[in-house]
Amino acid sequence: MANADCIVLQGGNMAEAHPVGFQWVSEAKARGAKVIHVDPRFTRTSAVADRHIPLRAGSDVALLGGLINYVLTHDKWFKEYVVAYTNAATIVSEDFRDTEDLDGLFSGFDPETGKYDMTSWSYAAPKSEDGDGKVEGSDPSANDANSNTKETAPGDAHGSGGPALEHAEVLRDDTLQDPNTVFQILKRHYARYTPELVEELCGVSAADFDYLARAVTENSGRDRTTCFGYATGWTQHTLGAQFIRTAAVLQLLLGNVGRPGGGIMALRGHASIQGSTDIPTLFNLLPGYLPMPIAGQHDTLQDYLDGIASKKQKGYWANADAYFVSLMKSYFGDGATAENNWGFDYLPRLTGAHGTYQTTLAMLADEVEGFFVLGQNPAVGSANGRMQRLALPHLKWMVVRDLSLIESATWWKDSPEIASGEMRTEDIETEVFFMPAATHVEKAGTFTQTQRLLQWRHKALAPPEECQSDLDFFYQLGVRIRELVAESTDERDRPLLDMTWDYPLDEHGDPIPESVLREINGVQLTGPDAGRALSGYQELKADGSTACGCWIYSGVFADDVNMSARRTPQGGPGVSQHEWGWAWPADRRILYNRASADPDGKPWSERKKYIWWDEAQQRWVGDDVPDFPVDRAPHAKPDPEVGGPAAITGDDPFIMQSDGKGWLFAPKGLVDGPLPTHYEPQESPVDNALYTQQQSPTRIMYAREDNLGAPSYGSKGVEVFPYVFTTYRLTEHHTAGGMSRWLPYLSELQPEMFCEVSPALAAERGLEEGGWATIISPRAVIEARVLVTDRMTPLTVGGRTVHQVGLPYHWGVGDQAIVTGDAANDLIGITLDPNTQIQESKVGSCDVIAGRRPRDGAELELLDEYIRRAGVTPATDNQRLTDPEAETAALSAAEAEGDFAKPNPDDEPGGSRW
Amino acid sequence: MVNLSLGHQFSGPTDPAADAHWPDVRERKGFFTDTSICIGCKACEVACKEWNHNPRDGDLELTAMSYDNTVSLGASTWRHVAFVEQDKERIEVARESGRRLVSLGMPSVRRPQDDAPPGPGASADATGTTDGAPTAYGNVDTTPPDTPEFRWLMASDVCKHCTHAGCLDVCPTGALMRTEFGTVVVQDDVCNGCGTCVAGCPFGVVERRSDGTAAPTTREGERKGEQPDVPKRGVAQKCTLCYDRLLDDETPACAKTCPTTSIKFGDHDDLVTDARERVAQLHAQGMTEARLYGANELDGVGGTGALFLLLDEPEVYGLPPDPRVCTADLPEMAKRAAIATGGMLAAAALAFLGGRR
Repeated sequence: MANADCIVLQGGNMAEAHPVGFQWVSEAKARGAKVIHVDPRFTRTSAVADRHIPLRAGSDVALLGGLINYVLTHDKWFKEYVVAYTNAATIVSEDFRDTEDLDGLFSGFDPETGKYDMTSWSYAAPKSEDGDGKVEGSDPSANDANSNTKETAPGDAHGSGGPALEHAEVLRDDTLQDPNTVFQILKRHYARYTPELVEELCGVSAADFDYLARAVTENSGRDRTTCFGYATGWTQHTLGAQFIRTAAVLQLLLGNVGRPGGGIMALRGHASIQGSTDIPTLFNLLPGYLPMPIAGQHDTLQDYLDGIASKKQKGYWANADAYFVSLMKSYFGDGATAENNWGFDYLPRLTGAHGTYQTTLAMLADEVEGFFVLGQNPAVGSANGRMQRLALPHLKWMVVRDLSLIESATWWKDSPEIASGEMRTEDIETEVFFMPAATHVEKAGTFTQTQRLLQWRHKALAPPEECQSDLDFFYQLGVRIRELVAESTDERDRPLLDMTWDYPLDEHGDPIPESVLREINGVQLTGPDAGRALSGYQELKADGSTACGCWIYSGVFADDVNMSARRTPQGGPGVSQHEWGWAWPADRRILYNRASADPDGKPWSERKKYIWWDEAQQRWVGDDVPDFPVDRAPHAKPDPEVGGPAAITGDDPFIMQSDGKGWLFAPKGLVDGPLPTHYEPQESPVDNALYTQQQSPTRIMYAREDNLGAPSYGSKGVEVFPYVFTTYRLTEHHTAGGMSRWLPYLSELQPEMFCEVSPALAAERGLEEGGWATIISPRAVIEARVLVTDRMTPLTVGGRTVHQVGLPYHWGVGDQAIVTGDAANDLIGITLDPNTQIQESKVGSCDVIAGRRPRDGAELELLDEYIRRAGVTPATDNQRLTDPEAETAALSAAEAEGDFAKPNPDDEPGGSRW
Repeated sequence: MVNLSLGHQFSGPTDPAADAHWPDVRERKGFFTDTSICIGCKACEVACKEWNHNPRDGDLELTAMSYDNTVSLGASTWRHVAFVEQDKERIEVARESGRRLVSLGMPSVRRPQDDAPPGPGASADATGTTDGAPTAYGNVDTTPPDTPEFRWLMASDVCKHCTHAGCLDVCPTGALMRTEFGTVVVQDDVCNGCGTCVAGCPFGVVERRSDGTAAPTTREGERKGEQPDVPKRGVAQKCTLCYDRLLDDETPACAKTCPTTSIKFGDHDDLVTDARERVAQLHAQGMTEARLYGANELDGVGGTGALFLLLDEPEVYGLPPDPRVCTADLPEMAKRAAIATGGMLAAAALAFLGGRR
């Protein structure tokens, strides 16, 4: 980021939520970069940016789509880069129909299942010899993982390289003139994303849009690069993955990927949240982004491997068999053999989604007996907090491992539901175990951060009393479980007994953390150098001769040196700071860095020189580890039939993609469309000005009495919840507060839950600075102190004023923390992005009234009154396809009654009522 | 009583450690807090309390003063981040006042090595604590920067470690001392809690750690927030510029933790040079509101060890515009007192003489 000439921070609040990483933005700014913050609120990031551009929460695709349209219509795209390195020239199937043709739907939508059949999105296939012109991927079975399985988070199920293509050959038109080229499809798709539309949907003024468009385009090209940074402001939406895709399309068009100062930075909020997806805590992934097998589709190892990658496609995913077999050897050692398919049948199979929210719903249905809570505080931190807390008494037992007695450990005696009388402690049968945890300074290990950098952390002191590190806890748990089944002959206990669980112990009997990192790195199992730590993933074999716990981390312990512990100040003399930590894969600091050179292998410019082809050495050389076959010449054109890394041509920088190109158009992989399209959030008082279709048609909905939605634009009752709220973090606290509300120094800095409102909204609702406000959504009623501030800007959207309410989400109700308060997450409903299963917690609809909330159960009466008044039912917002006639009818009815335009008299702020 | 026998200087430029007769004077240390790059993370407040084992203070209630809930420097808060929200009008006022500071031919133009006195045309501000850029204003590009509609100022305040420290000069027990680094430190075990220094500080930095009211909270029903016993009750407390860390060649905790280098630590003279360059750079970008605070050794405290780059007038951040050490006039006062005493004695003598007649 320090190398960027322009940095756009959008969907994130980097200075507040990532203050340490923000040093690189400060550095770039000191070197002259322009910093722009696009956000509903003026935050501490805006305060040090060159410009803050306020926009309506949830409208980012419209703004970024507007930028894409600007780049295309003003001819600002980076032609050589786009033609050579992206799939702009690739020809898409004639069967493809765009949202522009189908009023908000892509071709292939099945209203019955609510899912897309992606066949028509495929690349057009070269005519085969018998001339049948078969469309790539038209074999229906190949699409199963994408379209027919119920909620399996398929976006992740393909690993980091996207889904399989059957082969490496695609049709191209390098003039980009063919109407079925990706480039022409892209142009048509975004043609209506004009500055006027951006203003209408996002509330971004024409002047602000022009400033942003100029800043981004003037700072892109051969000599300059622009970088984007985002966080949960983009991911936590019903189309969050598409928010990020829109930025990816823009950055590819501008040539800002694989180059210094370019890219899209996923700002990860915790010390190792990147690590927790690499070696995942997610239900649908195995280490290194290998998918979990799915019941019914992956009954054999071959089915499973074919689902990841075809041997005939380009790039390194074609070697997924080597990564998988080495993982199984690492898990099961000698128990993984060619005869038992390397233990493939030891792995559980997915029968559906098993994410956080499905687990909560399963608890409510009494399908879950026990629950481990680690590094999480769902009673405060998960969406629809009431539903979370009401699910917990359905458990027989739960284990909470944390530093303090967090709300998720004490809900049975001090939750808001105890106060309201909905739960009684004496009725709760759940057995709750609290296991004290060691802090990060009391244990050794690695953190993997945003830049994919693994950094070793030494243990500073021993944990007090009974506190244990996670490693120690799980090792001991494994030892005890294995003891219990040691004599078992039951086949289902075989995996437990075959599991390698032989970590060396230190003098206190704790497993040695370096031994785990070495296991992750991988070792040679056979031959003369058996037992040697592997030097990298290119050494992995599918024949059982290597073991590796996570293929992308292979090399972190090369030559038995803990590379993640390197700490040369400033990373040493090189520009890529290689002597600090270790970046996966293969210590590459910038991914896809082949793109930092032109198709001939020369740097695009002296200023942005990074990796280039050295004619004399016949190698790629430069400031980083080349992310490319190091001796593949720029003009090399291997036979695509060979498949795998060998098929990568000299101008295929995107070596993990099945065609070697950056995907402007995603023929597979995203379940909600090949191109990002603006839809309104699940709850929105604003009309989707682009299409009849109001919300994303493929979003995952839960139409339930305990998950009601506020009526959206065009529905009766929309005026009952007239304001848009958004939730966020503050620098002073850590997520749900488990690591900050128990600390006096942090608690005093932000002691109370508050809401942020504009002076105009404060006047409209009679809110007083420093006073109290009650905030109501169809899920909950909470209270907060009021900050009236110009940092909140009312926006003009669709011809009317939209007020936004800001709510930090750090506080929770309980009696253990130094500071407590109502939880913002109680207001949020559960509607998920179908790619990622992430909830839409960055935008919702609410009402705000002056005064504190009612108590002792009266808050539930207030909630009921609102629900009744708005006419909310489980069906509200949960129509998959927007019915244009219903919308018109509701609107005209509302207008006839006159209750749409002006507030209902009953809706007056009711400070006097309590 | 004030000890006049040391014979040290009470005003004007000087090296404070040498002036305090340290046999082995070290390079004067200080802070340069560049508020233009502060992100208001408050890591300095926390790092300071952690390192110095200062208890939390305050009532755990929202102040509604923007994001500031610790309110001011005090006995337990030795770094304090102020948050100021401003509209366009105020920004223009700040820009104009900064521009005036420069165009008036301020002592700012005068570098420490220049010996020329300030020009005769200098305004009252010339001896003030605030000054502008060292560049001639006529040459700079004054294109305004991009965020004119609204701004949110953040600034981390700290003890100024004055060249002429009122707290130290008035301390009757010698508890306050000048270190070899030119900084000012309270010796907890010497302080008798008289509180004279509290009134002696022109910046309102020093506070006595009270012996009852530092209890964790006054909130009704509050049983949490148990803290370790509040240490050093009743004695004067303030920033030590991490004297203990300086002795070990370590950077003070606040500067060490600052993620954006808004707080810079170093040799005082280097910091002054850097600070002047930074102001010039900002002025060149059209941010004429930028000005230095504490870099003028001709001000009422002889300049401060902790310098600040501000983006508005000092009052906006809660800083006095023209601080003056209470002992600045001591020699003059002593002289007058001597004359008065002489007169008294003469009058008395005359009276006696007259009486004899």
